[in-house]
Amino acid sequence: MEIPTLTIDAVKEGLRARRFSATELASEALKFARAENPKTNAYLTFCDERALSAAAAVDAKLARGEDPGPLGGVPVAVKDVILTRGVRTTCGSKLLADYVPPYDATAVIRLEQAGGIILGKTNCDEFAMGSSNENSAFGPVRNPVAPHRVPGGSSGGSAAAVAQGTAVVSLGSDTGGSIRQPASFCGVAGVTPTYGRVSRYGLTAFASSLDHIGPFARTVKDSATLLRVIAGRDEMDSTSAAAPVPDYEALLDRNVRGVKIGLPREYFKGLASETGDLIASGIETLKRLGCEIRDISLPSTDYAIACYYIICTAEASSNLARYDGVRYTFRSPNSPSLGAMYRNTRGEGFGTECKRRIMLGTYVLSAGYYDAYYLKAQKVRGLIARDFTNAFAEVDAIVAPVSPFPAFKLGEKVDDPLEMYLSDIYTITGDLAGIPCMSVPCGKTAGGLPVGMQILANHFDEARMFRLADAFEKETN
Amino acid sequence: MSSTFAELAPPEIVARYEPVIGLEVHAQLATATKIFCSCPTSFGAPPNTNVCPVCLGLPGALPVLSRQAVEHAVAAALALNCTIRSRSQFARKNYFYPDLPKGYQISQYDQPFSEHGWLDISVDGATKRIGVTRVHMEDDAGKSVHDGFKDSDEYTYVDLNRCGTPLIEIVSEPDMRSSDEAVAYMTEVKQVLQFVEASTCDMEKGHLRCDANVSVRLKGTEKLGTRAEVKNLNSFRFVKAAIEYEIARQVAILEGGGKIHQETRLYNVASGVTVGMRSKEDAHDYRYFPEPDLVPLRIGDAWRERVRARMPELPSAKRARFAGSYGLREYDAQALTATRAMSDYFEKAAAVSGDPRAAANWVMGDLLGALNAAGKDIAESPVSAERLGELVALVRTGALSGKLAKDIFPRMIETGEAASAIMDREGLRQISDSGALDKILDDVLAANPKQVEQYRSGKTAVLGFLVGQVMKASRGQANPGSVNDMLKEKLG
Repeated sequence: MEIPTLTIDAVKEGLRARRFSATELASEALKFARAENPKTNAYLTFCDERALSAAAAVDAKLARGEDPGPLGGVPVAVKDVILTRGVRTTCGSKLLADYVPPYDATAVIRLEQAGGIILGKTNCDEFAMGSSNENSAFGPVRNPVAPHRVPGGSSGGSAAAVAQGTAVVSLGSDTGGSIRQPASFCGVAGVTPTYGRVSRYGLTAFASSLDHIGPFARTVKDSATLLRVIAGRDEMDSTSAAAPVPDYEALLDRNVRGVKIGLPREYFKGLASETGDLIASGIETLKRLGCEIRDISLPSTDYAIACYYIICTAEASSNLARYDGVRYTFRSPNSPSLGAMYRNTRGEGFGTECKRRIMLGTYVLSAGYYDAYYLKAQKVRGLIARDFTNAFAEVDAIVAPVSPFPAFKLGEKVDDPLEMYLSDIYTITGDLAGIPCMSVPCGKTAGGLPVGMQILANHFDEARMFRLADAFEKETN
Repeated sequence: MSSTFAELAPPEIVARYEPVIGLEVHAQLATATKIFCSCPTSFGAPPNTNVCPVCLGLPGALPVLSRQAVEHAVAAALALNCTIRSRSQFARKNYFYPDLPKGYQISQYDQPFSEHGWLDISVDGATKRIGVTRVHMEDDAGKSVHDGFKDSDEYTYVDLNRCGTPLIEIVSEPDMRSSDEAVAYMTEVKQVLQFVEASTCDMEKGHLRCDANVSVRLKGTEKLGTRAEVKNLNSFRFVKAAIEYEIARQVAILEGGGKIHQETRLYNVASGVTVGMRSKEDAHDYRYFPEPDLVPLRIGDAWRERVRARMPELPSAKRARFAGSYGLREYDAQALTATRAMSDYFEKAAAVSGDPRAAANWVMGDLLGALNAAGKDIAESPVSAERLGELVALVRTGALSGKLAKDIFPRMIETGEAASAIMDREGLRQISDSGALDKILDDVLAANPKQVEQYRSGKTAVLGFLVGQVMKASRGQANPGSVNDMLKEKLG
């Protein structure tokens, strides 16, 4: 059993050929993940009991000759901002260090119904705020490819788990690049679906209008399978979309000749590093595949960082208000008054980055500032979305970098939050526009660091994005 | 309490000022479930049992708007003559409080679902139109319990059962000029909401409460004074008393050369005074912004009209119709439209009786008297509207004397039986038939030759005595009118 290189198809085949049972696979995967975890700190919690009982259910189905589902027996890791009933869900925060949710996220229910085996919960930046996974209350995650470097964030644990091979696929969440950037840093596929494609019910909110759940996988096809399983309308999330979910895998393996690809010039300005070279060679590959490359413009890009950090902090300041020490969170002891309990609990409970964003968000929503900041940012968001609408009138997909640089060293940027924010420039626009986008591995630097290439498509056009990514992956492998 | 007002400012001084009053009325919508989840809204459940991840504000939980809540809210807004916006938006109102588990209330801010309404009130016979600025939907918070536990000196307990209960807030224009107008307005709001069954308006359960914005200005001046907001008034009595106190307080300050501070005040029920709670400077900055977890609410013409079509006749229209087609006095029309149950009862009884005015008298007199004495609501009346109508009809057709009807009614209240059943059992049916009366009359005349003689010699006043004798002999069943006529004929 070669756990680190398994794909969903390999798991299916192994189960069908009875080379292993789902229970054996789950036990081995748990053992392997535990053994590997000290190297990366990717997992915060393992849920053996839940994994083994799910695996037993898959084995029982197989024994009865039933289809165990599209994820039957597949070991999955789940980011610790996604709720799992009865399994501790910390959100990477001291405030929820002992929090055991009483319900499952819709995405979790769906992946288990599809036969997926959840091994454990993965480390992340506190409440998904960060780009390096260094903002976790439970220590940083190390990049499996380069142990002294960050795996990216905020879904660093989920990216690392797939990259190190302890899970076949994993769930992450993306608000401004938290799936694509770690996917790029760790050399795996990472998908941010269309906003509303996957229910947010049970995803701990960071910035509600920007939050997405999405998959990580070692192959584009596996990421497509996981997305198909978790996608679709959910009555528990008013913002989830009713649009039908196509069979993404069936739409792969197609010719991409003639596909029109836009290169937004604003995204390549000054990108002259190794990253730039790798993306350039990726574009050459697409040309070789017969894609038609076009220069396009997304003129509002310059305002995206400001726009994003106003909207996401505003929503975060409100979403994080509930962690107040009154009910399920950590409560600071020795607080003689209600005010002191709030101040001490939140002061001691939240990490620096969360506090920074809560303060920023509180400020931009304050009386007298709302119009100048929040309202204006919403207008800019509209302009950014319009840029994409205009672009997709001309091209089928857009290709761009994911991050200006590959995985950086642990501690390298912790003292410069602004630089960290600025590095989100290529990923936040997709979230602001609500369009699907993904990172697909695009080679490695001379130092062996993975670099991802970003593919963006129009609303609910994930199938086209997957097809392009799959063709690219096959061509580059 | 009036002495308190007088101490603050003598009535003749207060009279020089004109109060300007606006009310924000909060009403609980009569839905079975909460506004953003499917937990029951039932009252009196053990603490923290009518809850789920959504109304507990647990991480990851999301609100989903209840269709039923929207329909109740739309019915209420239509009844308040509001325009329904085809697109509206929920907004988060952010503040920290232990019984507010999300850290924000989901309300509506700059895009309420309805606006530009009005309601007519009647004070001292004069009708006045009060503007309704807007009606919006929101969720209620939980309840902090500060007293009643052993360790209440150390802890506050929180019950989140109420959390997520659907409310509407009805904001009036500052159109009221006296506490009486404010009470009349709130009464009218309550009546209208009850009629369309948007809210039970049960004030004891907190289903209807209001905040009063009060300012005063010298009569004849235009400029509005600085206002104070008196929070959370949950009875008509407190609305009136708090506003009157507040008027006197403000007048006293102005007369003393002081300035009114814009602030939020609380009415202390025990002392009858309002007390400053927080000033404008300390006012919460609620940091409203559009609720990203809910899509904009769209109420199309078709949906709105479906709600409208299901609405009953409103109290004002009903009053006009009762006065017009039943010929009722305004006071009676008002009383009989106080609640939908009352007006439905009356209309049913009136239809069966064939004599609406008599039915109105019976409902407002004997029936309400009996119900009040028993502490019952009209919905719990042991005498159904049909049976009261039948009783009135029996009197109308002469089958029952008015006097006997009054005797029978208490028994109907007691047993719930039909008047006709009681009459038949006790042989109380009025005898108007001349054949049946003939013998009784003859017997009475034979037994009272002296009186017969007196009548025939011109002392016709003695007829009353003879009628009385006939009534007595018939045990009250004889129709006095018929007896009168027949006696005259026999003696004539």
